[in-house]
Amino acid sequence: MAVRRIFPHPLLSFVLWIIWLLLNNTMAMGHVVLGGLLAVIIPWTTSSFWPEKTVLKHPWLLIKYIFVVLYEIMVANIVVTKLILGRSSKLNPGFFHYELQLESPVGIGLLANTISLTPGTVSCDLSEDKRSLLIHSLHIDDVAAIKADIHRKFERPLKDIFVSC
Amino acid sequence: MVEWILALLILLGAFFTLVGSIGLLKLPDFYMRLHGPTKASTLGVGAILIASALHFSRNAEGVSLHEILITLFLFITAPVSAHLMAKAAIHIKVKQVDRTRQPDSK
Repeated sequence: MAVRRIFPHPLLSFVLWIIWLLLNNTMAMGHVVLGGLLAVIIPWTTSSFWPEKTVLKHPWLLIKYIFVVLYEIMVANIVVTKLILGRSSKLNPGFFHYELQLESPVGIGLLANTISLTPGTVSCDLSEDKRSLLIHSLHIDDVAAIKADIHRKFERPLKDIFVSC
Repeated sequence: MVEWILALLILLGAFFTLVGSIGLLKLPDFYMRLHGPTKASTLGVGAILIASALHFSRNAEGVSLHEILITLFLFITAPVSAHLMAKAAIHIKVKQVDRTRQPDSK
């Protein structure tokens, strides 16, 4: 329990520590310690912004997810390059609602970020009840296909990673 | 050999950034233009940063990892700003192209 009190958000602490070391581009002892101190103090002072505890069930899945996203970004970039260089009048832009199955706020946030990062789609709004995401797409052939893609590639892995408590 | 890879990566990055800018210029409405920068900021900047990391890890002492941080901050801030701009645009009803598909009413 004492560990929980010092590190209310262990993952946040770890990430802050790594970022500090990367910012200084060094592994010198002084920075290791200073970064460690910051990694303890910053989660303390900001813990009111993070009311719920996010539980990572499978950290390795998160790393796998990052690589899946990077790959998808590359593929989508090439698709969207063709769309942009082609005739604008052939594009069918549009909005659609994506019904969320995720419940954890961090998970929803990550999904919305991923959707915006992937070229071709931008997440525009989250409904009041956190049940659906409004998405704008540069070109829509088949809404059902796009939704199925998002679900298969991004939402299902995220659902496995984040468990809200 | 490494020079060739670096050159290729930089050219690739420049190409995708250029396409992003072209998109910003020629797409017809605000919502569609939003898609331009998300392209440029992912693969375009990504390729250039990989090239930079490779180059400086090879020439300077030690591994250069600053580039990872740039990627990280970019990947955090770019989607958030795009999301907020889209949300604001919907709120003040920025004009859309006529053929824009509307969301199914719920």
